[in-house]
Formats: sequence, C-alpha cells, structure tokens
Amino acid sequence: MLASLTLLLVLQLIGEVLVQWLGLPVPGPVVGMALLFAALVIRGDTPAPLRETANTLLQHLSLLFVPAGAGIMVHAGLLAREWLPTLAAVVLSCAVTLLVTAAVLRLGARGR
Amino acid sequence: MSGEIRELWVYLAASPLLGLTLTLLAYQAAHALYLKLGSHPLANPVALAVALIVALLTLTGTPYDVYFDGAQFVHFLLGPATVALAVPLYAQLPRLKQLFGPTMLALLAGSVASVLSVWWVARALGAEPRTLLSLAPKSVTTPIAMGISEKIGGLPSLTAILVILTGIVGAVIGPALLRATGTRDPAVTGFAIGMSAHGIGTARAFQLGETAGAFSALAMGLNGVVTAIVVPLIARWLS
Repeated sequence: MLASLTLLLVLQLIGEVLVQWLGLPVPGPVVGMALLFAALVIRGDTPAPLRETANTLLQHLSLLFVPAGAGIMVHAGLLAREWLPTLAAVVLSCAVTLLVTAAVLRLGARGR
Repeated sequence: MSGEIRELWVYLAASPLLGLTLTLLAYQAAHALYLKLGSHPLANPVALAVALIVALLTLTGTPYDVYFDGAQFVHFLLGPATVALAVPLYAQLPRLKQLFGPTMLALLAGSVASVLSVWWVARALGAEPRTLLSLAPKSVTTPIAMGISEKIGGLPSLTAILVILTGIVGAVIGPALLRATGTRDPAVTGFAIGMSAHGIGTARAFQLGETAGAFSALAMGLNGVVTAIVVPLIARWLS
C-alpha cells in the first residue's frame, strides 16, 4: 500500500516536472497516468499491491470532487444571474457529447 | 449560536481538522442517503455532499477559504487518483487495441461537439463572454479545465464549479440516455460517459462495470489532452 502510493506520487511528480520542462498543454497527473500505463504495458502485468491501492483510491473517486464542488458558494451571485444559460448549456451540451461520441464509436466499431 | 459554541467553532475552524472531517462526514452521509434511495442517479453523492457542506458553511458564516484549508487534503488526492486510472485502463488493453481507430475518431468528434454545443447554447441564451470562456472546457477533469480556462481568459474557479456540475449532469443522464438510444456495448457507454462527464462520470461508469469504468477513464484522460488543444483554437475562432 505504502510503496504503491509512493509510486503514484512519484509518477505524478515526474509528470509535473515534464509538463514544466516541455511546456505540455496537459496537467502533470495525466502525464503520470500515461507513464504508469506505459510501464504496465512494458511489464506485462499489474502488481497486486498496486491494483489494491488503485482500487481503494478509485472506489471513492466521487469524494475527491467534493471540496472543489463546495466552491459553488463563491460564485453564487454570478450563477444566480446566469443560471438559465449555464444550466441549459451544460445539460444540452452533455447530451450532445454523449450522443455524438457513442454514435461515432458505434459506427467505427461495427464489425470488430 | 450561543457564545460558547461560536467560540469553539471559531477555534476549530482555524485548523484543517474541521474542513477535512466535515468533507468525509458529509460525503458518507450523502453516500448512505444515495444507497437508501436505491442508488437513484438523481441522488448523486457529490451533489448531496456539496449541498450539505454549503448549507453548514453558510449557516455558520464560515468562508469557503477556511473550509478549503482542511478540505485541500482530499482535493489533493485527485492527483494520485488520476495516475491510478492507468491500472483499470491497462486491464482493458486487448479491447483497447481492437477499438483504437474508432476511439480516436470518437474522441475528436466528441471533444469538438462538446465545446461547440456548450458555447452556442450559452451564447444564444445570453451568457456573458467570461462565462462562455469558463464553460468551454467543462467536459474535462477539473485541473485540466482550470488550466485551459485561465489560458483563454475565463474564471478558473467558476470553471471548476461548471466542470463538477457537468460531471453530475453526465453521471445522472448518461447511462439512461445511452440505453434509450440503443447503446449496449459497455465499452461505448463508458467511453461516451468519460468524454462528457470526466471523473464524476467515471465514478458512475465503474458502478456499471469494470469495462465501462476503464473506457470512461480512457476517454477522460484522452479528452483532457485533446480539449486542451481544441478549446483555445475554437475560442479564438468564435470570440
């Protein structure tokens, strides 16, 4: 558990450093995810402790969004003024994204 | 509140303990309520927990910054959790190889559709330019979206809220909408949910199954990269 958690943090750190050095447009953790994925592909399997640690973290993924979500109180005024365009845009765009992505993927995956 | 309790609250609020404990308690209460309501998608645990916390902070007159001093320890775990997404993703390697071409096409189409649709709807309904710029990266994970928003002149903290709102909406409507439109393949369902609703959608997709969750994680990671490139281009073209 401890070793796996350290591994995740080290990869995140390497990701952050690479982003700074190379001026990449993506955040460090996403680069860290790519690095871990590449390492697993090269290794050929996932060590059991790493799988356990990842499962523990991902089981409560929703929890990790709560602190940023509570920030809604800071923008209460703006959202009270623009709630209709914001909410309508988010809901409609969400539906469009879901349908377009699924349609293209289904079309492309046909017969595979 | 009586004087003594207020004093105690002020004392506790000054340490990170309160914000951290409050986050964990609120989430667990929200999750218990979600299970009690038969895992109804409308009873989204993130939305319930946020509502609880905002109500409590407002009632006690505690500023968000004071709360976040403690809650940042939970917020921080988003980093290692994102790295950890490589594990379920790797478990789907054979399926991923098989679907590589179609996923790349769906990725590009979904990302462009997301940015254009949110922009056009919000502008048609009279949103301010700053709100439009904050909305554009709404479908990608919080840290990426905040970075994009800052780059194009939006409000990063507003973007964080809109991203979470999008995640909740996608987690609520995604599975039902995809089922209603005839999507049966869990890989397609997961990928579409991850494209539209990032990590919150991914949490929901994992409830549908391992394959849906892994493809949602894949879409979320790839969409972060593509959207970081697409949004600045589209924003320059549209504004």
